[in-house]
Amino acid sequence: MTTTAVSQHQTKWWSGGKSPFNVEYGKLMMWYFLMSDSFTFGAFLISYGTIRFSQNYWPSPSYVFNTFPGAGEANLPLAFVSLMTFILIMSSVTMVLAVHEGHHGNKSGVVKWMAWTIVGGLCFLSCQAWEWHHLITGHHAVLVDPATNKIEEWGQSMRHNPWGPAVENMTYHGEKVTRPGPVAFGGYFFGITGFHGFHVFSGVIINVIMLIMAQTGVFERRGHYLMIEKAGLYWHFVDLVWVFVFLCFYLI
Amino acid sequence: MEHANVATEITIHHEPSDSTKRIWKVFWILLIITMVELGLGLSLYALSLPEGLRMHLIKGTIIILSLAKAYYIVSVFMHLGDEIRNMIMTIVVPLMLFIWFILAFIYDGNSYKNLRNKYDPYYKERTTEQKEKKAETPAQPGGKD
Repeated sequence: MTTTAVSQHQTKWWSGGKSPFNVEYGKLMMWYFLMSDSFTFGAFLISYGTIRFSQNYWPSPSYVFNTFPGAGEANLPLAFVSLMTFILIMSSVTMVLAVHEGHHGNKSGVVKWMAWTIVGGLCFLSCQAWEWHHLITGHHAVLVDPATNKIEEWGQSMRHNPWGPAVENMTYHGEKVTRPGPVAFGGYFFGITGFHGFHVFSGVIINVIMLIMAQTGVFERRGHYLMIEKAGLYWHFVDLVWVFVFLCFYLI
Repeated sequence: MEHANVATEITIHHEPSDSTKRIWKVFWILLIITMVELGLGLSLYALSLPEGLRMHLIKGTIIILSLAKAYYIVSVFMHLGDEIRNMIMTIVVPLMLFIWFILAFIYDGNSYKNLRNKYDPYYKERTTEQKEKKAETPAQPGGKD
């Protein structure tokens, strides 16, 4: 019924007397903020793409991201990041369920699903902390100087990238030796996943505030759960950005 | 009922759906797409394809699948698909800038690589994987043993 009403009025929305967007002010502004934020992330990712296209060699993600907490040296390419992606999709689902309960004014439902969303966000942040720690403190044999066969053990950092082309016929304590990889890899990886992680972190803070407000009955007294919808938009955006971070850093 | 006074900006109310069926359906779609993407990403690794048409086809498929995921998240989870057309357009049309943004900058990066390889052969030799193997294999055994 609503859809037919909308299509009837579609061309007359601009004639004044009503908002042409049919969206509450704060929610509309949240949309515009997210649109501008998508340009920020887009600029970062496109800059990464530009640098990557300007290099003759770029490390394959399956070699860089092949470890899992507790699995030691087992070669499990992309396994851990799949878990992180699953956690984030799952927390997006619990968020949309909280919004759904909010539409029906169901306070206990909102509180329950917001709590699960926060748990999901914290799990994701923990995973990212482990991954960063693992990359930074890793030891990978790198042929620093081919003239003297000088080998150093590097972790992934902003200055060092141990994931260069493999050196043939050379091993170091049983491990294959590589040449230094493109330095930009570390800066982009830590910069972009860090910026995304900061969004997740602030999203968790916002969700905690929303949870407290829902629990104490602020939204119930207000008569609507629009704030949950706005926090939900932000949280889904964080998930949306991860789709592209996952694409650019881990898959291709 | 009571949400009639939510905001004066809202002329037509969306009727909230009663079931969560649509949400779970989209969850399964997202999960399956992600698993297909992972499968393709791992196949790049397992087959260790050389740079070429087949690799680009697989990567292109992964990109299209990611765009499909983005569509489902924005349209269903963020409920943009339920808004009126004016609202959808004010968000989607500015994002069209990304088409130019991506093409122009990727082209720029690629052009920079080609120019540098052309005018700095030593750089090309130092950073290209295949070239390096050919150059180093004869030198290596002598230098090491």
